[in-house]
Amino acid sequence: MFTPLLHGVEVTLQVMACSAVAALLLSFTAGLCRLSKWAWVRMAAAVYVEFFRGTSLLVQMFWLFFALPILGIELEPMTTGVLALGLNYGAYGSEIVRSSIQAIPKGQTEAAIALNLTSFQRMRSVILPQAFTLMLPAFGNLLIELLKGTSLVSLITLSDLTFTGMLMRTANIARTPEILGLILVIYFVLAYSLTLVVRWLERRVSAGRV
Amino acid sequence: MWDWEFAYSILPKLLKVVDVTIEATLSGFVLAALLGMLLAFGRRSKRKPIAWASGLVVEFIRSTPLLIQLYFLYFALPFYGISLPAFTVGVIGLGLHYSTYLSEVYRAGIENVPRGQWEAAIALNFSRSQTWMRIILPQAIRPVVPVLGNYLITMFKETPLLSTITVVELMQTAKMIGSQSFRYLEAFTIAGFLFLLLSYLSAIWVRRMELRLEQK
Repeated sequence: MFTPLLHGVEVTLQVMACSAVAALLLSFTAGLCRLSKWAWVRMAAAVYVEFFRGTSLLVQMFWLFFALPILGIELEPMTTGVLALGLNYGAYGSEIVRSSIQAIPKGQTEAAIALNLTSFQRMRSVILPQAFTLMLPAFGNLLIELLKGTSLVSLITLSDLTFTGMLMRTANIARTPEILGLILVIYFVLAYSLTLVVRWLERRVSAGRV
Repeated sequence: MWDWEFAYSILPKLLKVVDVTIEATLSGFVLAALLGMLLAFGRRSKRKPIAWASGLVVEFIRSTPLLIQLYFLYFALPFYGISLPAFTVGVIGLGLHYSTYLSEVYRAGIENVPRGQWEAAIALNFSRSQTWMRIILPQAIRPVVPVLGNYLITMFKETPLLSTITVVELMQTAKMIGSQSFRYLEAFTIAGFLFLLLSYLSAIWVRRMELRLEQK
């Protein structure tokens, strides 16, 4: 029973890794854009964040998968899944980036200006390193939400853990409780391992700072 | 390409099922609010096994996908002799899943009540239930109301998952329209905008409540 599920786990982890990278890039881009001096950059970022936070992940994924082809754009299921997850969790992540940067005391910015640092240097070597420590726990939680979110790619025909499990179920209806129970346990083990990794990272990053 | 005439013709169908989505959200939220309170009490219990078991339940349900939990309730429970209608299963799934999030919210609220309040209650000879009902809970819940409101909005956006266990809500209806007409574009776009509109309106409502609580 384990072998096909393990292949499913592989796909799940692959989807998670790709969409985590996409979400992280979008989080920083949108998060920094929301603090930009130019009003139109702030506006554009705000529209992106509000739109993807306000609509449902499943709706977004289905829209990309079923509606885009009508507009003449056809994407692979894998690309669609990663895109939807990345865009959705990137919107949530940008709020983490924004609030962490805003939580850094004003004095730090003022000191950096007094030292004649450029705004890029100020962000890179003064603000972001401090904000990063604040972001980590929140990003850890978001990563676990993302792992759970990947189960939705099974609905757009990707053979991830959920999809594989449901396929096994149709082949052997009588074993439904065991199969579904096993999938739950596998997700729990994956999520718990992520929690441990994030906790370890938090300790490393905050060492000597707090 | 986008077809306005088709969009108008399916709008009433989609609007008609919005109340199913809202009903599922509200029922799920009431269940989550009650169960979450139980779990929060459970984790603070003096009896070690109860505290430990509540902790495990919270961690397990929080770390596993709602989709699989819904599948489990819908497909596996009948094997144990429990067959429920899809809508009920959906509400139980949503409620159970979010009760673990809400229990953490309550816990934070309870832990934020200063120790002196407990000591004062003991000094005044209040019983345990009096202390909870009259002193601790009123102070613990008020500051977390906006957080609860945000979870209500999050739950609302998770209701499309109920379509996977055949509940005819907004998403399921959009999918049916799409598969009948081979035009998914309009159906999913309208469904998306309805979600955006409703979650935006509820966000404004939560924000208002937050302001009103701050004024008190």
